[in-house]
Amino acid sequence: MSRLPAPDRERLRGLYPQIFKQPVSARLATPVMLTAAFAVFVFGLVDLDFSPARLVSGLQQLGWITMMMIPPDPGSSLPAYLVALGETLSIALLGTTVAAVFALPVSLLAARNIVPSSLFRFPVRRLLDSIRGVDTLIWALVWINVVGLGPFAGVLAIAVSDFGAFGKLFSEAIEAADRKQVEGIRASGGNAFHEIRFGLLPQVLPVIAGQVLYFIESNTRSATIIGIVGAGGIGLQLAEQIRVLEWQKVSFLILMILVAVAAIDWISSKLRFAIIGRRAVA
Amino acid sequence: MAIAVSILPSQQLAALNDAYRKAVARKRVRLTLAAAVFFAALVVAAVGAEVNLRTFFTYFGNLISYFDRIFTLENGARVWTDVGEWFWGWRKWLWMLGETILISYVGTLFGAIIAFSLNFFAAENTSPAPWLRFVVRRLLEFARTVPGIVFALIFVIAFGLGPMAGVLATAIHSTGALGKLFSEIVENADMNPVEGVRSTGAGWMSCMRFAVLPQVAAGYASYALLRFEINVREASVMGFVGAGGIGQELVVAVRKFYYSDVSAILLMIIVTVFVIDIGTGWARARLFGREARA
Repeated sequence: MSRLPAPDRERLRGLYPQIFKQPVSARLATPVMLTAAFAVFVFGLVDLDFSPARLVSGLQQLGWITMMMIPPDPGSSLPAYLVALGETLSIALLGTTVAAVFALPVSLLAARNIVPSSLFRFPVRRLLDSIRGVDTLIWALVWINVVGLGPFAGVLAIAVSDFGAFGKLFSEAIEAADRKQVEGIRASGGNAFHEIRFGLLPQVLPVIAGQVLYFIESNTRSATIIGIVGAGGIGLQLAEQIRVLEWQKVSFLILMILVAVAAIDWISSKLRFAIIGRRAVA
Repeated sequence: MAIAVSILPSQQLAALNDAYRKAVARKRVRLTLAAAVFFAALVVAAVGAEVNLRTFFTYFGNLISYFDRIFTLENGARVWTDVGEWFWGWRKWLWMLGETILISYVGTLFGAIIAFSLNFFAAENTSPAPWLRFVVRRLLEFARTVPGIVFALIFVIAFGLGPMAGVLATAIHSTGALGKLFSEIVENADMNPVEGVRSTGAGWMSCMRFAVLPQVAAGYASYALLRFEINVREASVMGFVGAGGIGQELVVAVRKFYYSDVSAILLMIIVTVFVIDIGTGWARARLFGREARA
């Protein structure tokens, strides 16, 4: 069996100086960063009262709770839960649609290729950013103060917080659109409105439709939780049952949420395939 | 330069035109049907969600006046005329904000570590056994689908009130989300290095360590940073259910109608989210920049 010749270090050093002679800062960067990250982690554990005793007793409790959850059993309140689930799905669908309808015109204002002046674009972008910076649950709290407890507050909360997200996503989709179609419309004598309607929208609508479908799916998840602050839907039931320690009902509600989300997931991925085509999604 | 456009004989053209019109008509019918189904669903949803436009318009003034009130101090002046009075509790709030960031940091790191150790089992190309992949995938799906705040509600009862419940809830939810993203990165990785390492007689562990990990590490870091950013936003509401952080202060201020406090805390949350957004964006650009150069 032949052996490889021993590597000639000096020659390699001469060939690849940038690998052998890295500055100290480059060599130390990764270990220093990792150590710092770990130090913050340990500090966090101490500061947030992580003690092994608490962890063990908590895990024991959690074990008990899990045992109590089996088997899932809705008791006599199955109809009420089904209504609540319907409410949750309605909140998600309606909130997302309202958000998309309002976000489309605003996203045009935030897109660089429509509004070239950053003086106009900047305030619109910052407005969208600050709306996105506030969690859906906080919006739900605010809307409850305005329209009262109930699912309507949930619809408005989802609509507002998605408005921020959609405005950003749509404007990015618009900025990524091809300029050639727009120029073609202008060359044939179209005005600015025609450019948007015939040059831009046909390109971005499938992308936008895909995003809206995805958000309906992810909002089914958000809509399950806004009930916790009183904005209707299945979250309200869930929070109540957790507070009164009815664990069998809790596990049943969680199962219902899982099934509903899986169903919506399935439907929306089918629809997305139908709209954008298999190639674009995969 | 003149270009001759050939025009087909009329009977051929008629057939083509006919086919075109049929195709357009079919498309229109399909679009109309889809729109009708969608609107029907909307109407059903509107009834289900008790949408009442009259309430909305009657109380819409409340929204305006609510924002008017949260920007007014107790003495009736606008908040920005007396910033010291507006942010009277800034020491406490900053402390709580720090706790919020710490909760999301520790939670994200926990989640990333667990997701890291699970994702090779969930990826199609690296999983040692199909049944293992199935189990891990279902587990991740469960952790991802149940919202973090539901875990927080349950953990508050098991572990007691406080940030610990928030951290664990964040960790579980991040595990689910990151595990899926990580395993997708692994599925996109080049398998040639794995074959190379295996041909030297290495076991599964060495294959992952020396062939897959160098390809995917930057992607992992990038997704973990993105998750951290999302988690900061989510941790700001963990306090609603008693799981620590600034949410506790906020929900008290909202429920007890301490109007100017609401705007002060909201502003601090928004600014923090901004700063973290920009910071992680910068870090991600650096990570990916380095990746592109290598």
